[in-house]
Amino acid sequence: MNSSTDETYHRWDAEAMARCGKQLGVTIEQQSVPAAQVMTKALRMASSKSLPDIVQFDASEMPTFAEAGGLVDLRTLGLSTDDVPEGIVDFGSYKGTYYGAARSVNTLALFYNKDILDEAGVRVPTTWEELRRTAKQLTQGKRYGLALSAGGAEDGVFQFTPFMWSNGGDETDLDSPQVVGALDFWKALLQDGSLSKSTVNWTQADVNDQFMAGNAAMMINGPWQVETLNTKKSLHWEIARIPVPEAGADSVGPLGGAVLTVPRTGDAEREKTAGRIVACLAGEKEQLTYALNSWMVPANEKAAAEWRTQVPELDALADQVAAARSRTAKLGAGWSGVSLALQSAFQSALTGQSSEAALQRAQRRATSGN
Amino acid sequence: MTTSTVTAATSATTPGPSAAPDPARTRLRRRVARWGFVAPAVVFMLLFFGYPLVRNVLMSFQHYTPKTFFTGEAPFNGTDNWSSVFQDVLFGKALWHTLVFTAGSLLGQFCIGLALAVFFNRRFPLNGVLRSLILLPWLVPMVVSGIVWRRILDQDTGVLNTFLGTLGLDGDTPWLTSPDMALLSVILVNIWIGIPFNMVILYGGLQEIPKELYEAAALDGASAWRTFRSITLPLLKPVITVVLVLGFMSTVKILDLILALTDGGPADATQTLGTLTYQNSFVELDFGAGAVVGNVLIIVSAVFAVFYLRANRTEGK
Repeated sequence: MNSSTDETYHRWDAEAMARCGKQLGVTIEQQSVPAAQVMTKALRMASSKSLPDIVQFDASEMPTFAEAGGLVDLRTLGLSTDDVPEGIVDFGSYKGTYYGAARSVNTLALFYNKDILDEAGVRVPTTWEELRRTAKQLTQGKRYGLALSAGGAEDGVFQFTPFMWSNGGDETDLDSPQVVGALDFWKALLQDGSLSKSTVNWTQADVNDQFMAGNAAMMINGPWQVETLNTKKSLHWEIARIPVPEAGADSVGPLGGAVLTVPRTGDAEREKTAGRIVACLAGEKEQLTYALNSWMVPANEKAAAEWRTQVPELDALADQVAAARSRTAKLGAGWSGVSLALQSAFQSALTGQSSEAALQRAQRRATSGN
Repeated sequence: MTTSTVTAATSATTPGPSAAPDPARTRLRRRVARWGFVAPAVVFMLLFFGYPLVRNVLMSFQHYTPKTFFTGEAPFNGTDNWSSVFQDVLFGKALWHTLVFTAGSLLGQFCIGLALAVFFNRRFPLNGVLRSLILLPWLVPMVVSGIVWRRILDQDTGVLNTFLGTLGLDGDTPWLTSPDMALLSVILVNIWIGIPFNMVILYGGLQEIPKELYEAAALDGASAWRTFRSITLPLLKPVITVVLVLGFMSTVKILDLILALTDGGPADATQTLGTLTYQNSFVELDFGAGAVVGNVLIIVSAVFAVFYLRANRTEGK
C-alpha cells in the first residue's frame, strides 16, 4: 500500500513492482490511497488483521507505526544498509532500529525564475540578508519577491524547519531565541511586502502555482514540483540552496520522502518475501529509475552519484539533501503534537502577534501533551 | 406477560380442532407482526447508531493510541482525556467558534432563505427556472465549493478582491488570511451553501398556506407586513422549526468546508469542534481526546434534538 494516487507515480511504481516481481517470481499488487489516509487506513487494517505485506509511509509518520509495534526490523529480513548514508539510515530508523528503506529522499531548496533575476541584474541570494534585499527588490506590482508556504498543515512546518534549523533552533525548544529569530525573519519578509499575505493559507502546491503564474520571483519548494514546473516551457527556473542566517553557516533542510516498511503480519514466510521485494525496490537500480522519474534524490550513495551526473541541474538539491535532517529524529512519534503547536505559532505571529509570545505558547502546548 | 406469551405460543403450534378465531391467538399474531415490522429498524439502529455511540463514549475514558490497534488493549484512564481536553485553551476557542459559526450561519441562511421563498411564492415569468438555478450550491459537493471559494477569496489573486478593486472599493481584504476575518468569511460561504436548503423547505411550507387566508386579509385591508406577521409566520412555524433544527444539526458538526477553506487556520481562528476532533483523532492519533470532543458534539446535538421533539409534540396536540 502506498500513496501514489497521481497517475504518473502509480504507473512508475507499477512498473518497478512488475520488474521486481518478475525477478523474484511473485506477483505484487499495488493499492494507493491519499497520503493523509495511509496511517489511519493501516491502523484499521492492523486491527482487522488484514495488513498488506508492504506499506510505504511518509517518513514522519513511520515512527508512530513503529512505536505501536507494527513494523518488522528490516535488518532481520536481510536488508543491507552498507551503501546508504548514515543520515538516511537514521531517517528510516526509529530508536535505533531500521524499519524503513527509503527509495529516494527530498528536501527543500530555493527555486528562482532565472529571467526575472537576470533582468533585475541580481545574484542568487545565499544569506538571509541577501534574500530579504533581493526579495524586496524583485517585488513589483502583482509580483512578490518570494513565495513560501506557511499553511496550517505539515506543509508549513516542513517549510519552516530549514529556517529554524539553519539558525541553530531546535524542535525540542520552540521558544529559544534561535527559533524566535527564524520566525522574526519570516515576519520581516511579510512586513517588507516581499511575501504575499496569503502565505498563511497556502500549501506547497499553491506556492508552486504562484511561482508558475509569475506571481513570485523565487520560491521555497521541493523537487516533486519539477514535473509540473517543466510543463510550462516558457519558464526558466533554477535551484539553489536555501539561504542561511550568515555567510558560511550550514543550510540545514528537512529530509522528506517515504520509506518502504514491512508490517508485522505474523506470517514469517510472507514477511521474508516482502523483505526481498523491499530490497529490490530500494535497490540501486530501481532507486535510480525512480529518482530520475520523480526528480528526487536517490537514497543509495552509488545511485546518488550516478544521478548527479545525469541531472546536473539539481546538483544543489543533492548537496542540500546531504546536510538535511529528519524531522522525527529527536521526537519520534511526538513530532505530530509539536508540529501542530508550531503551525499555530507561526500563523499567529505572521498575522500580528509577537513571535516570542506565539512560540512560548507553542512550547507550553507541546510540552503539556496536548 | 411472558407466561401468557409462552402459553399462547404452544397453543399456536398445536393445530386447534376448531377453526373459530381464538382472541389470544389473533392478539399474539398481531403483536408478532408489529415487532416484525419494527425489528429491522431496531437492529439497524442498534448496530449502526447504538454501537458506535457506546464505543465513542467508552473510548473517551480510555487511553486509546495507535498501539491499541495491534494489542486490542485500551486501558481505562478515568477522566484523564476529559480533563486534558477541557484544560486545552484550544477547546474553549473551538467551542466558541462553533457557536458563532452555527448562530451566524443559521441566521444568515434562514433570513435570506425565507426572503427568497416569499419572493418565489409569487407568480412571475421564469420563476421555475430561477428557482432551480438557486438550488445549484446545494448540488455542488461541499469540498468542491470549499476549494473554489478558497480561490475566490484569495487576497491577492482572488476574483472577489479583484472585483472589489475595480469598483474602487478596498480590494485588499484579507478574507481568509486574517484571524479576525477568517471566521466571518467561512460563515459567509456556509450561508451561501445553506440558502437553497432553507429556501426549498420554506417555499414548500408557504405553498401549503391556503390562498383564501391571504384573500381575506387583503379584503380587510391588511398591509403586506401585517399579512406576513399574522398569517405567514404563524402558519409557517412548524416548518420553521424543522428547518432550524435540521440546519443546526448539519452546521454544528461542520468539518469538510473548513478543512477545504482554511484547515482550521490561520492561527486556529476557524478551529471548531468538528475540526478539533478530526485533528485529535487523525492527525495526533490521540483517539481518546478525539472521542471526548466528539461526545461534546453529540451532547450539544442531543440537547437540541430534545427541543425539537418537544416542539413537535406540542404541535401535534
